Amino acid sequence: MAVSKVCGIETEYGIAVSGVKDANPITASSVLINAYINELQGNVGWDYVDETPGNDARGFSQESFPSSEVESHLVNAVLTNGARYYVDHAHPEYSSPECISPREAVIYDRAGEEVLRESMEAVKRAPSFGQEIVIYKNNSDRKGNSYGCHENYLMDRALSFSKIVKYLTPFFVTRQVVVGAGKVGSETAQKSKAEVPFQLSQRADFFEEEVGLETTLKRPIINTRDEPHADASKYRRLHVILGDANMSEVSSYLKVGTTSIVLSMIEDGYMDDLDLSLVNPVAALRQVSCDLTLSEPLRLQSGKTITALGIQRAIFERACEYGEKIGFGAVAPDDDGYAVLQLWGQVLDGLETDRFSLAGTLDWVAKYRLVTAYRDRNKLSWDDPKLAAIDLQYHDIRPNKSLFYRLGVKKLVEDNEVKNAVSQPPPETRAYFRGKCLELYGDYIAAANWDSMIFDLGADPLRRVPMMDPLKGSRKHVGKLLEECATPWQLLDSLGS
Amino acid sequence: MAERELKKKTPTHRGDQEVEEEAVPASSEKSEKLKADLDDLLDEIDEVLEDNAEEFVRNYVQKGGE
Repeated sequence: MAVSKVCGIETEYGIAVSGVKDANPITASSVLINAYINELQGNVGWDYVDETPGNDARGFSQESFPSSEVESHLVNAVLTNGARYYVDHAHPEYSSPECISPREAVIYDRAGEEVLRESMEAVKRAPSFGQEIVIYKNNSDRKGNSYGCHENYLMDRALSFSKIVKYLTPFFVTRQVVVGAGKVGSETAQKSKAEVPFQLSQRADFFEEEVGLETTLKRPIINTRDEPHADASKYRRLHVILGDANMSEVSSYLKVGTTSIVLSMIEDGYMDDLDLSLVNPVAALRQVSCDLTLSEPLRLQSGKTITALGIQRAIFERACEYGEKIGFGAVAPDDDGYAVLQLWGQVLDGLETDRFSLAGTLDWVAKYRLVTAYRDRNKLSWDDPKLAAIDLQYHDIRPNKSLFYRLGVKKLVEDNEVKNAVSQPPPETRAYFRGKCLELYGDYIAAANWDSMIFDLGADPLRRVPMMDPLKGSRKHVGKLLEECATPWQLLDSLGS
Repeated sequence: MAERELKKKTPTHRGDQEVEEEAVPASSEKSEKLKADLDDLLDEIDEVLEDNAEEFVRNYVQKGGE
């Protein structure tokens, strides 16, 4: 039986300093995050002891693998919603807390946007910096530099990694027709701008391998980082680096939701006779991204050909069967998996018949329609910088500047849910314990990590509370205990830590 | 059809069912509304776009991340 698909989204945001050409992005990111956390009570640091990004799911370890987390120690905070907010390389990154359903993952990703927006405002209120910092939720600077929006999913350790690779790859190569964020032009040397006026995905240009550990060079479609942040004998954390950062809540929801469904099906052996293995997945990834007709055939190892939409449709139909026979209990404890399935079917119908019917729903369609309408009206060529500017400004998260917000794209979650999620943790994962401890006992927490909290109660040695199961530490487990304990001493004594 | 059958089987909803049904606009009324919104946006976009598009695009340089 598939394990609960606890999931989260990590977003590295683009950062610019208004009117300053060569601003130092590390300084700007630090100023941004510091401005935010200085306005909040307390600032709890991150604990790096258990970070092992060099461990490979295929069974080996690169000890000298550079840990990005260790490289940029600059600013690193844990928020009361259970998220991590820090400087990663030269970007501000918000890593959402562990969520129990795709819908919740969207709420906490949107909460991240609010955190970044609040941070921009906080910089304005702290006049020492003197310039406006502007944040973009995208994945490329259009000059060949890319930064990621990663997803994480809890997986059963018993499942062989080769099975994940085999059944997930065709899904990953083709899901961009649904969830791509769209891009004007191309950033690879192989394709000229004239050949690629627009493509479905922000990220497809940057992938060169089928499977691997890298995230910054020779990026692989399936990443093998084996750092479960949980009991490694039971769980794996599938780290997905392929996706685009989505502005559209529906795109974001389908990205996490359909992936959760497919992973559950793989775990339950439900894909075992659905072999859609591609002859060349990396080439197919780029081909699909550049195919605005959505109709080019892809070659399968079986000798057949199929379109990207055909692969999505085949997997969708399998998911319908799975939902009927097994159910989507692993995708979410409520009926969220069924809601994802229904929306997935509707969107595939729309893409097959009239894609512009989805201009108010999906990122790439919304952006494509906007740039084509602007181009037609002003009679511009595809390499006009105004179209590139529209592409960038679609992702500007300032309400008065973002083109996305002006398009009236369909929302999926309520504003008050997002607002609540800025400060409150998800109730059904260990993020609840992390977030609540920070809220209640922030002054006594020396450091936090995904799988532990370290308390500093003064005279005693530091005390570590392990949290090796992402499903324990929920409100159901510890809510009452946290209410009953008036002090951190009581809490730790009750926990036996 | 399968998804319709599934839908009948889902007994409880938190209210987001309605949202799902609306998420993909089917009615022409909705398309008209979107088109009108787009026309409005095209009218105002030059005011919202960064002053010098070429310079803005050129100066937007990021370090790779991840």
